[in-house]
Amino acid sequence: MKSATQIAADVRSGASSASAELERTLAVIEQRNPELNVFLHVDVEGARATAASIDARIARGESVGALAGVPIALKDNLCQVGIPTTCSSKILEGWRPPYSATVVDKVIAAGAVPVGKTNLDEFAMGSSTENSAFGPTRNPLDPSRVPGGSSGGSAAAVAAEMTSISLGSDTGGSIRQPAALCGLVGVKPTYGMVSRYGLIAFASSLDQVGPFSKTVADSALLLEVLAGHDPKDSTSLPEGAPSLVAHVNDGVAGRRIGLVRELYDGADDSVVASVLAAAQALREAGAEIVEMSIPELGLTLSAYYLIAPAEASSNLARFDGVRYGLRVKADDVTAMMEATRTAGFGAEVKRRIMLGTYALSAGYYDAYYGQALKVRTLTIDAFTRAYQEVDLLLGATTPSVAFAFGAKTADPMTMYLNDVFTIPTNLAGDPALSVPFGTGEDNLPVGVQLLGPGRSEAQLFAAARVLEVADGRA
Amino acid sequence: MSDALTRDEVAKVARLARLVLSDAELEVYTEQLGQILEHARDMNTLDLTDVVATAHPFGVTNVVREDVVTPSLDRETVLAMAPHVVDHRFAVPRILGEAP
Repeated sequence: MKSATQIAADVRSGASSASAELERTLAVIEQRNPELNVFLHVDVEGARATAASIDARIARGESVGALAGVPIALKDNLCQVGIPTTCSSKILEGWRPPYSATVVDKVIAAGAVPVGKTNLDEFAMGSSTENSAFGPTRNPLDPSRVPGGSSGGSAAAVAAEMTSISLGSDTGGSIRQPAALCGLVGVKPTYGMVSRYGLIAFASSLDQVGPFSKTVADSALLLEVLAGHDPKDSTSLPEGAPSLVAHVNDGVAGRRIGLVRELYDGADDSVVASVLAAAQALREAGAEIVEMSIPELGLTLSAYYLIAPAEASSNLARFDGVRYGLRVKADDVTAMMEATRTAGFGAEVKRRIMLGTYALSAGYYDAYYGQALKVRTLTIDAFTRAYQEVDLLLGATTPSVAFAFGAKTADPMTMYLNDVFTIPTNLAGDPALSVPFGTGEDNLPVGVQLLGPGRSEAQLFAAARVLEVADGRA
Repeated sequence: MSDALTRDEVAKVARLARLVLSDAELEVYTEQLGQILEHARDMNTLDLTDVVATAHPFGVTNVVREDVVTPSLDRETVLAMAPHVVDHRFAVPRILGEAP
């Protein structure tokens, strides 16, 4: 299918129209959504009205933005005013937000056409979309397998060629992991680069919105639109959006890239082979590959699975049946809150709320949460030391290719271990992306991960572009 | 850190989090949460005495703006999504133990 870059160019030049691009998208959704369960809601009327207004503006000779007429899918934890937003949870079923996320306003202002809301693991807690209250999403490349998660629906929308781009959120790998499992580019930006206003919070010190696309250039284009200071998000970085598209073809000549043992050790053979082949491709493009070990990364999984649930237990306290969402009736307010939360939350959300409540409770705070925050410091220091030696880091995104439904649901730790390579960068607040490189078991795609220090997105895209070309994808 | 997580501790945590668990759920969660906390004990292999905790990756500073009134959401728009509204206010079941 056409890239977002191409669609926007065609719509602006008159070679295509926003309405024609939207109808193509709607036709693919109608054909494939019943099997794949990608979209929880498709806003047919709203999208048609948006597309028609873009076409009218072009007909009047007005300028439209960088995403002119490009259909886009939104993860269903992003608020769009008046459009059902569920976080794939029964507790928000039927809720229509009274305001839009800043990122939603930004893509619309850039001319994109939001077509609907995509499935996720409930409140973004999971790595397979099997935790959705509205059924799992299937991987378009092999419907017997998961698309990854938690942004599995947004990844599947692009992999199934319903849209060329989509938005996800990444707290511990929820963009990069499904991107890897669906053969896409997926980016976790520097913490604070993209506004979190209107992103329903999971773990506020880790959450970041980012793009999915088939091509590196499309993710760069979309991130340029998303980035920039937002006064409505107090963790937003002060600066404006960086220039990214202009640097996609900068290459890696003279760059030092660290190949980090802890970021691929223990992965399946085919994944390790892809990482090593990617290192070779970067070397051939003029980068110097430095083999490295960062032992501190081995402790980040434990720290993450205390910090993220602790923040979640606090963030999800707002779902109490008072102001919005589900209310289960009871005689007094405490019983009402208990009945509402018990009926509204799924098993994984309850597990993480309890884990977080425990980690924050009197007598255990220092032993668990306090300890985890110190490991976070060690992680940041370890990355800082690494980036004094090299410009970027390279590793695997996931330990395996897309796995079968039910393969990792026996106990929570098995699923959590799936995030072992993606979590470190969230703790550090740094950017990272996954780019397809090579194939593994059953010819399924493998994602390799590129990591960099804060605000190094332009360098990450340039390195990803080198791999895209070397892998014969563009 | 403490020894193995007990069923009573999980029951207490569920109460704090306003969740009601069946006996079977209590059993499962006690085992699963215990497993996760056990994994977390690998952090104990480190001497973290002199390490400063990080709550925010880039260090937060207070963000302030001019103290001027700006438009906010319309009251009726916000109340429209509430489960129960009385006289333009959110309504809840009784809060005190005795009837008024």
